Amino acid sequence: MAEVEKNILKPSKPSPWNDPAVRSMVFQAVALIAVVYFFYIIFQNTLHNMETRGITTGFAFLDKSAGFGILMSLIEYDESHTYGRTFLVGLLNTLLVTFLGVILATSVGFIIGVARLSSNWIISRLAAVYIETLRNIPLLLQIFFWYFAVLQVLPGPRNSLEWQETFFLSNRGFYAPAPVFEEGSGVVVGAFILAIVLIIAIARWAHKRQEATGQQFHTVYVSLGILIGLPTIVFFLSGMPIGIEYPELKGFNFKGGTNIIPELMALLWALSFYTAAFIAEIVRAGILAVSHGQTEAAHALGLRNSPTLKLVVIPQALRVIIPPLTSQYLNLAKNSSLATAIGYPDLVAVFMGTTLNQTGQAVEIVAMTMAVYLAISLTISAFMNWYNKSKALVER
Amino acid sequence: MSGFTEIQSRAAPVSSTGAIGWIRQNLVSTPMNTFFTLIGVYLIYKFLPPLLDWAIFSANFAGSDEHACNSGGACWVFVKQRASLFIYGFYPSEQYWRLDAVFVLLAITFVPQFFDAFPYKKWFGIFSITGLPVISYFIISGGILGLEHVETESWGGLSLTLIIAFVGIVAALPFGVLLALGRRSNMPIIRTMCVIFIEVWRGVPLISVLFMASVMLPLFLPEGVTFNKLLRAMIGIVMFQSAYMAEVIRGGLQAIPKGQYEAASALGLSYWRSMTFIILPQALKLVIPGIVNTFIALFKDTTLVLIIGLFDVLGAVQSAIVDPNWPGVATEGYVFAAFCFWIFCFTMSRYSMRLERKLHTGHKR
Repeated sequence: MAEVEKNILKPSKPSPWNDPAVRSMVFQAVALIAVVYFFYIIFQNTLHNMETRGITTGFAFLDKSAGFGILMSLIEYDESHTYGRTFLVGLLNTLLVTFLGVILATSVGFIIGVARLSSNWIISRLAAVYIETLRNIPLLLQIFFWYFAVLQVLPGPRNSLEWQETFFLSNRGFYAPAPVFEEGSGVVVGAFILAIVLIIAIARWAHKRQEATGQQFHTVYVSLGILIGLPTIVFFLSGMPIGIEYPELKGFNFKGGTNIIPELMALLWALSFYTAAFIAEIVRAGILAVSHGQTEAAHALGLRNSPTLKLVVIPQALRVIIPPLTSQYLNLAKNSSLATAIGYPDLVAVFMGTTLNQTGQAVEIVAMTMAVYLAISLTISAFMNWYNKSKALVER
Repeated sequence: MSGFTEIQSRAAPVSSTGAIGWIRQNLVSTPMNTFFTLIGVYLIYKFLPPLLDWAIFSANFAGSDEHACNSGGACWVFVKQRASLFIYGFYPSEQYWRLDAVFVLLAITFVPQFFDAFPYKKWFGIFSITGLPVISYFIISGGILGLEHVETESWGGLSLTLIIAFVGIVAALPFGVLLALGRRSNMPIIRTMCVIFIEVWRGVPLISVLFMASVMLPLFLPEGVTFNKLLRAMIGIVMFQSAYMAEVIRGGLQAIPKGQYEAASALGLSYWRSMTFIILPQALKLVIPGIVNTFIALFKDTTLVLIIGLFDVLGAVQSAIVDPNWPGVATEGYVFAAFCFWIFCFTMSRYSMRLERKLHTGHKR
């Protein structure tokens, strides 16, 4: 019956050149052919151009010895290592600055964002000045400022700024004492891991007990006690196997201790303070998005200020904050590539800079670098999507 | 029963108006608040006077060479001496009037946008993204009407920054519209191609796009065809920017109620007609603040071109501060460049916020 009606109401079939289905097929076929042809032409040109310039194709260059030094490396590296290794060194340096930058930018950003909302006029004005100044100045300019106008004009290692003869700041970077793991230090590390496991167990137990009986447990204080106490006790019992190595001035520079090179410092500060200005605005918008009625309702239920924030306002604000926060983290990861301007050896500076100049393998190197950033972007956004989902409003 | 007892009259309520009341409410309402006020005042006391002293009171304004800078404050003489380099780059100095003319044209077309009741405001806006770039190109590049031809190698400074940012945004607009429409299209192949294009460009940093444009683009071209450095950078920037633009415009397309699409179809309008006459005019108007925000981001990102060897305002500053004749003027140079960017970005962000408020009249929460 319905079939019959449908047939009656069916409009007359349009001519093929007016049929949307046919048109869409033709249109897509044309577009596909055009794109394929475009890439084919580019491919042919590239092959031809590389041949005339004597550039070989392929990834064989990755196994060749690089022959140049890198300022800073998280893994073992010297001139004799391969180009493939330079890729790894650069990648790790990029990941390091991204990781540190995300932590620093988030903490500064949240503080400034909350300060911007403060009922204290001076604090909120100061936060506004911070935000409006930093986010309207290009990041590259800020990196240059920190590097060339602040860190490069610091005194040399001999006259470096120091604090208690343990921390030193000079134009060679920041030096701090480093822990030295002697024999038997494994026990202390083991105790630390055990403490973390214990804390997780206690938190679970406390949560279960509160669900069942309503009794609360001072998880935070107990956890802190275990986290600090257990490794400390083991440390003293096992005869203090972890020592401290202080940086010492020898010749023209410091020896020993941990060193943060000025390039990393300048990049990290500029990246974090710049991104923090954006995060602050996001945090502010997120908190403002939770209506004041929620706070009032929580107070009416008898919750004090801090549980109100922790249990009512922040969980709701996070829902608004997380999506834009993700894109700020992505921006931070991508902006870390500006390292190349001041010579911090990140992926772009080492691999797309020095390695490309030495080998001339432009296509392979640019493609590899872009693929890495694409992968970082996709990973961060996948992780944040998962986190966002776990925080999202559960609707029936 | 005792008789009448006298009650002590209460003290007058704490003033909640005027300067005193304002201070009570905003600065010292609780002990914590007072503490924060003290911190704030301390910060201001610690940083503001030295800053003002450096920038204004003991700064050097008069003079013509590095010997004029002897008071320990900022050396603005340096900025004054190098201003033409910072603004015009290496453009021939007898031709500066051409860049000035473009600046004036730019101001004439954009200033009306800040006034609500300016007559023909819309046409000024449309001219600024259609006619203006073409006219400006011929004025700056020359080669016609007796104007001397100026090679792109000598373009530089703030004018180059403005040129790159402006071309980037104007050229990215049509591509962005097409990509956004493609991403929302029903045709799977077109949609996939647009999604891949957008996500790839959005996922990589601009610097790698610029590197690609400067080292890979020459390999892609057939033999004998060469693009100059500026054109290569611009191709990279436009591709990158059109991906961001597409996402902004997609937001606008999604905000248009479905009824509008259906009504357009019901009127018998074809796809392109319904887009050009019904959907896009509404969607684009909605996303003007978003477009302005992308423009701000692009404007700041133009500084990256100095890494591939173009000479924008930051590049000009960077080259001037290493001049051995002017030692220790890095901060002054950066402050000048920062000020240039700040003025533009801050004005534009205020403009976009104002526009947002204006556009959100009906459905404000």
